[in-house]
Amino acid sequence: MKLSHIDKLESESIHIIREVASEFVNPVMLYSIGKDSSVMLHLAQKAFYPSKIPFKLMHIDTTWKFKEMIKFRDDIAKKYDLDLLVHINQEGVRNNINPISSGSKIHTDIMKTQSLIQALDKYKFDAAFGGARRDEEKSRAKERIFSFRDKKHRWDPKNQKPELWNLFNTKIDQGESVRVFPLSNWTEIDIWQYIYQENIPLVPLYFSKIRPIISRNDMIIMVDDDRLKIKENEKIEQKKVRFRTLGCYPLTAAVESDATTVEEIIIELLESKYSERQGRLIDNDQIGSMEKKKQEGYF
Amino acid sequence: MDIETFFQNQNNKKQLKILTCGSVDDGKSTLIGRLLFDSKNIYSDQLSQTKIESEKYGTQGKQIDLALLIDGLQAEREQGITIDVAYRYFETEKCKFIIADTPGHEEYTRNMVTGASNSDVGIILVDATKGILDQTKRHTFILSLLGIENIIVSVNKMDLINYDEKKFKDIIASFKNFAREFNFNLRKFIPISALVGDNVFQKNTNISWYNGKSLIEELEEISLKEPLEEEIFSLPIQFVNRLSSEFRGYSGTITSGKIKVNDEVHVFSSKERIKIIKILTPKGESDFAVKGQAVTLTLDKEVDISRGDLLCSIKNNNYFLSDQFASHIIWMNKEQMIPERNYIFKFINFQTIGKITDLVHKININSFEKIASKFLNLNEIGYTKVALNKNTIFNPYKYNKKLGSFVIIDQFNNQTVGAGVIEHELRRASNISWHQMSINKNLRSSINGQKPCVLWFTGLSGSGKSTIANIIEQKLHKLGKHTYLLDGDNVRHGLNKDLGFTNVDRVENIRRISEVSRLMVDAGLITIVSFISPFKSERKMARALVESDEFIEIYVDTSIEECEKRDPKGLYKKARSGKLKNFTGIDSNYEIPSSPEIILETKIKSAEELADEVILYLKQYNKI
Repeated sequence: MKLSHIDKLESESIHIIREVASEFVNPVMLYSIGKDSSVMLHLAQKAFYPSKIPFKLMHIDTTWKFKEMIKFRDDIAKKYDLDLLVHINQEGVRNNINPISSGSKIHTDIMKTQSLIQALDKYKFDAAFGGARRDEEKSRAKERIFSFRDKKHRWDPKNQKPELWNLFNTKIDQGESVRVFPLSNWTEIDIWQYIYQENIPLVPLYFSKIRPIISRNDMIIMVDDDRLKIKENEKIEQKKVRFRTLGCYPLTAAVESDATTVEEIIIELLESKYSERQGRLIDNDQIGSMEKKKQEGYF
Repeated sequence: MDIETFFQNQNNKKQLKILTCGSVDDGKSTLIGRLLFDSKNIYSDQLSQTKIESEKYGTQGKQIDLALLIDGLQAEREQGITIDVAYRYFETEKCKFIIADTPGHEEYTRNMVTGASNSDVGIILVDATKGILDQTKRHTFILSLLGIENIIVSVNKMDLINYDEKKFKDIIASFKNFAREFNFNLRKFIPISALVGDNVFQKNTNISWYNGKSLIEELEEISLKEPLEEEIFSLPIQFVNRLSSEFRGYSGTITSGKIKVNDEVHVFSSKERIKIIKILTPKGESDFAVKGQAVTLTLDKEVDISRGDLLCSIKNNNYFLSDQFASHIIWMNKEQMIPERNYIFKFINFQTIGKITDLVHKININSFEKIASKFLNLNEIGYTKVALNKNTIFNPYKYNKKLGSFVIIDQFNNQTVGAGVIEHELRRASNISWHQMSINKNLRSSINGQKPCVLWFTGLSGSGKSTIANIIEQKLHKLGKHTYLLDGDNVRHGLNKDLGFTNVDRVENIRRISEVSRLMVDAGLITIVSFISPFKSERKMARALVESDEFIEIYVDTSIEECEKRDPKGLYKKARSGKLKNFTGIDSNYEIPSSPEIILETKIKSAEELADEVILYLKQYNKI
C-alpha cells in the first residue's frame, strides 16, 4: 500500500500531537474556529481515538469575531464534548480597544497578542498548539514545528533550535513554553482536500451567501452588527460573498464568490490568482509586519 | 475538471522532499523562486509584493528578484543572504514538492544538516563561474552522512560562462573526483541557469550540447524505495492510550515494515510475545498498517509497555537494547563538545543522560581526512563512542533513520547542541559487573558514628576555600571523625599532574576527583573537596556519583575584586599580565552555583565562623 501525500501529512500531524501529549505537563490547543483549527481539532480527535482529547482547547476572543463564528464554536464544543476555555482581555474591553477607532495594529496587539499572553500565563500552559502553516506567509516558512518561547513569550528567529528528523527538543525551564504547529507542512489546497475527504464541519461564513456588506479601502467588509459605523459615502449592499480566512469582522475582507460547497471552493481556489492572507488587513501594515508580530508573541 | 478527478490526481501525486544546497551566492533562493514561478505556484499578489521589494532591496536591477520571494525574514531581505532553513511548497502534474532552502554560509551548516535530515533528494548547486568550493564538498559529505540516496548536481549560472560545454565537463570531472568515495543511489548532472530559467523547467536551446532531462523532469522521475516485503516491522511506542478505563491501546508511528491483525510480534525490551487484535489507523479501524502511518494497536493481553519501548517482528537483526554505541556526531553549538561531559540524548521516544566517552577522530570535511582531536567545535563532525545512563533501543541509521538518529541537548540551557547517527552497537559495560563486598559503606562509617559525605567547596581562586576546608578538617578531627581533604593544588602535583587548564582538561580534572571522592565516601569518610570547579555540569556529575543526601555543595562567595585584592599566590597578577592563560574569572568562565546546600560569604564572617557554620550543618543533618 502506498500512502498518498495527504496520508503522510495526516500521520505526521498526529505524531506531533501525540508527542506533545507525552512530553508536556499542561498543553493547550489554540482554537481559532477557522478551517485550519477545524482540521487540527479533527486530527487531535484521531490521535487519541477512541479516548477524548487529553488537553484543553482555548479560544482567544477579541469580542469582534463574526457572530456565526461564536455560535459555531459553542456548537462544536457541545457536540464533541470539548474542554473549551474562552479568554477575553477584560482590560482591553474596559479601555474600549476596538479594530475601528483603535486601528488594526493596536486592536490586534491588545486583544489578540496580549490577550493570548495573559491566558497562557494565567493557566500556566507549557505548550500551545497553533494551526499556522508554513505556506501562509514568508516568515512562517522559517519557523520550527516546535517553536520555543521565552518567559515573555517572545520568538527569537535568529536563535531557533535546530530541528532534525522528527526528534523534537521539548526541554524547557519553568515559565518558558513552546508553540507547536502540527500543520506546518500542509498547504491551503491540502487543507481543503482534507476537509472534503473527511467531511469536516466548517463555519458557514466560508461558503457564499447573500450578506450585507460595505466597501471600505477597496475591501469588502461585512456588516455583522451595528458597531460598524457606516460613513456618509458608504452604503450597505447585499452581495453574494464568502470569506477565505476568518478573523475580526471589521478586519476581514470578503471575496465575491458563488462557491457554496467545499468542491466549489476548491475549484475557485485553483482558478484564483490571489493568495489567502490578502484578505487580512493586519499583514500589510508594514513590510515584515508578520515577523514583528510573531516576535512579540502573536501566533 | 470535475472534483473527483482532481482529487484522484492529487492522491496519485507522490510527495518528494528536496533540499537545495550550495555555497553563498550560488543562487539557491533564485532557483527555488524559479521553481515556484515556473510551476505557477506564486499568486499574483505575492508577485506584485515581490516586485515592490525588488525595487527596494533587489540585486537584479529592474528585473524581478526571485530570491526575494524566498528570503522570508526581514533581516535577510536587508542583508541579501539567507540565514535559516525555509520550507516552500509547490506542485507539478506528477509531484508535490516540499523544499528546504538551507544556507551556504559555513557558520550555518547546522541548518543544512537540519534540512537534510528530512529530505529525500539533495540538489547541490555549483556556481559555474567558481567551480567546486569547500562548501560543495562539505554539503556532499553531509548528504552522504545523512543517508540521502539521490543527488542532482546542478551547475548554475551557465549563462555567465556562455553555456561553455568544456567548463561544465571540467566541473563534473572535479566533482566526481572528490566524491568517488560516496555511495549515492542516483547521481545526475545538469547545466542550468536559475536566473534565466534554462533547464529548470524547460530544456533550452542555449545548451544544445546537453541531451539530458531538465531539473524538474529528473526530480519527477525519482522513485523512492518502497519497503521490501520482508522488511521488519517496528513501532516505537510514543503514547499509551488508556485515557478511559475501558480502553488500552499503544500509539506510535510505524518506522519500518507493516503489520496485520493477528500478527505475532514482541515487546523488544522484555521479549514478551503478543498478538495484534485491533489496528486503528487515521482512516479508521483496518486489517493492516504500513510504515509511516500513525497508529494505535490493541493487544491480546495486558503487558507492561511504556513510552520508550518498541514493538517489532520477532525475527529481527541489528536491533539493540544497549547503553553504548558508536556514532557520527555533528556539533551545532558555539560551546564546544567535551568528552565525559553529561548531556541529554534524545531518541525517537526516549531520552536519557549520557556522555561522549571518546572522540575517536574528527573529520576534515573539505579533505575528508580523519584528525585526532580532544573536542568538537561548532559545525564539526566527529566519530565518537557514546555511553548512556540507561539502555535505549536502536537500529543503526543505515537500516532505519528513525531508530538510528538522536539529538544532543544541553542539560542547563536546553539548547539542541548536536545531532548523531548511530553506526553500530558497542559491547562493554554489560561484561563488567559489580563485585559485591561483605563490608559496605554503612558498616565502615558506623565505627566512627558518622555518615560519609562529600563537602564540595567551589569558588574562585583565592576565595578562601582551602583555608576554610582546612579549619573544618581540624575541627572534625578533634571530634574524632575520619576525614580526607582533597585539595586542587595538591592533587595536581600527583594524580592529575598530566592535566593543564584548558576546558577539556578541567573537565577531566574534576571527573577524576569526583570518582576519587566517590571511593572515599564508599570508604566511609567525610570527604572534603576544595577545587575551583568552575562548571555547573561537572559539579552536577560529581553530585550524581553519590547518593543525593551525600553531596553537600558549598559555594565560597567571594567577589572577583576581593579575590584579586587578596591574590595570595600572585596568580591574578600573572593572569592580568597575560602570563597565565585560562585563568578562572579572567579569561575562563566561572558558573555560580544556582542552588548550593551552603553559601559562605567571606566578606561578612571570618574563616573560623564559617567553618563552624558547616559543622553545625553536619550536625543538623545527622552526618556527625
